[in-house]
Amino acid sequence: MNPAPAPSVPLPAPVAAEPPSSLWRDAWHRLRQNRLAVAGGAVLAVLGLLCVFGPFFLSYSYQEQNLDLGATPPSAAHWLGTDTLGRDLLVRLLYGGRISLGVGLCATIVALTIGVVYGAIAGYVGGKTDAVMMRIVDIMYALPFTIFVILLMVFLGRNIVLLFVAIGAVEWLTMARIVRGQIMTLKKMEFIEAARSLGLGNRRIIFRHLLPNALGPIIVYTTLTIPAVMLLEAFLSFLGLGVQPPMSSWGTLIKDGAEKMEEFPWLLQFPGVVFSLTLFSLNFLGDGLRDALDVRASKD
Amino acid sequence: MLRFIARRLLQVIPVLFVIITATFFMVRFVPGGPFTAEKAVPPEILRNLEAHYGLDQPLWRQYLNYLGRVVRGDLGPSFKYSNRSVNEIIADKLPVSLELGATALAVALVLGLGLGVLAAVRRNRWPDYLASSVGMLGICVPTFVMGPLLVLFFAIRLGWLNASGWYTLPDRILPALTLGFVYAAYIMRLTRGGMLEVLNQDYIRTARAKGASEVRIVLRHALRGGLLPVVAFLGPGIAGILTGSFVIETIFQIPGLGREFVNSAFNRDYTLVLGTVILYAGLIIGLNLVVDVVQVWLNPKLKFE
Repeated sequence: MNPAPAPSVPLPAPVAAEPPSSLWRDAWHRLRQNRLAVAGGAVLAVLGLLCVFGPFFLSYSYQEQNLDLGATPPSAAHWLGTDTLGRDLLVRLLYGGRISLGVGLCATIVALTIGVVYGAIAGYVGGKTDAVMMRIVDIMYALPFTIFVILLMVFLGRNIVLLFVAIGAVEWLTMARIVRGQIMTLKKMEFIEAARSLGLGNRRIIFRHLLPNALGPIIVYTTLTIPAVMLLEAFLSFLGLGVQPPMSSWGTLIKDGAEKMEEFPWLLQFPGVVFSLTLFSLNFLGDGLRDALDVRASKD
Repeated sequence: MLRFIARRLLQVIPVLFVIITATFFMVRFVPGGPFTAEKAVPPEILRNLEAHYGLDQPLWRQYLNYLGRVVRGDLGPSFKYSNRSVNEIIADKLPVSLELGATALAVALVLGLGLGVLAAVRRNRWPDYLASSVGMLGICVPTFVMGPLLVLFFAIRLGWLNASGWYTLPDRILPALTLGFVYAAYIMRLTRGGMLEVLNQDYIRTARAKGASEVRIVLRHALRGGLLPVVAFLGPGIAGILTGSFVIETIFQIPGLGREFVNSAFNRDYTLVLGTVILYAGLIIGLNLVVDVVQVWLNPKLKFE
């Protein structure tokens, strides 16, 4: 993993018979000790599988209406009940999960890409460039970005690609700071000097040598960015600015449920519980990963 | 100190200028205008309307006019509410949002600091676990789930409070609690972490050795250290409370500026959108500056750079 130059002298044979233990193996071991993180990971895996494959095994479609039936509480035919148009809530919840988790992942990838590239350049180049780039990040931290996302969604039409680009464009700041900090420490190390003396180009040094060694913090903050992004998506959907009907995300289901909770409380309770459970799991997994990979950087 | 504040204030001007310019052109370069939604207006009336609001002039002209007015503190007339200026609308609605925000902030600080200190002092005992669970709950249950659930329980099932509205004092309880709870959770976690770090330091041991009472040690010596991360969080926290109130005002049907802003964006009420964006940006940047100053005042080690 560490691209250190190959030693010319043969290494002494390992003394103990202990299996070699890399950073990643240690981290994995520590993560498995953390029961909350394991539970979080398991819940996420189950939820993800259910959302992707579940709808194939159910006999209702997410837009199939049954106006005669109307809203019914959970029953044997509809495990989580139906909404006011007689649509099966379980199917809608699973489809909503596809959208919410999908937007969460895509927007996080956007945020990750911008943040990592920006932070890596600032950290690697340093000097005046770095000072200006980080000053911009500082200023942007103080801006009311949610307001701009709202404006973007209102004015440029509510399409889903724009949604995750807009969210991703807002959530990259912390990632940029973290990556910059990592690169600043790593670039002074000897293996980078070695890479440079071998005549490698800057781009190759950044992407092949520096970033792979900063992977731990990047993974941790990616896990912690996903819930933030999903929260923002649901926030927008709740205001009527996110995913549009007949598609549903968890945010729109919660919005619909909140409007009808007096007569049909299950329409709010099930989406609310599933959404909160997902956020719990992501946060526990992220915290667990942070402890396991021993990342010590301030969060905000 | 004064030089630091002056320099930061000077920085605010270009930032606000960029925000105004970006918002102005973003709003204009998209399809649809403030009068397109109305019933088919005869073209000559439309022309009159546009002339009345100066929309017939070239865009750069409108932009310069607008900048000139903003500098004089006039945010222009609203396009949707005839005969009302944006200044009037803001003067009408902002106090409501500020009251909601301030109450929520108070809830967040009292609950967050209280639970955080308790958790740190009784580390790894039941108060700590209780406070930490509350913290996790606040971070993972978003306001738009928490709010309706609180309404369902306290207003509909128990009938103690009104489900919506903003008339009597008890009407403030549920919205402020909903909005403040999330930030209480963050503040609780930060206080706990900050206090735990400080409680192990030598000067706390010195204070103990001098025979200071436990209450005095915690409140006088440790809390000061524990407050630092909390104050640093207040900058983004205040911004979050202000924007978070968009959702709260929708849930509880509160006649505040947040709901007005979302509506104005839907209505393409250009001047009202711009006015509220400028106001929110100014508020958030200004409050961030206050937070920075307080931070340095609490911790002289951070020099004003």
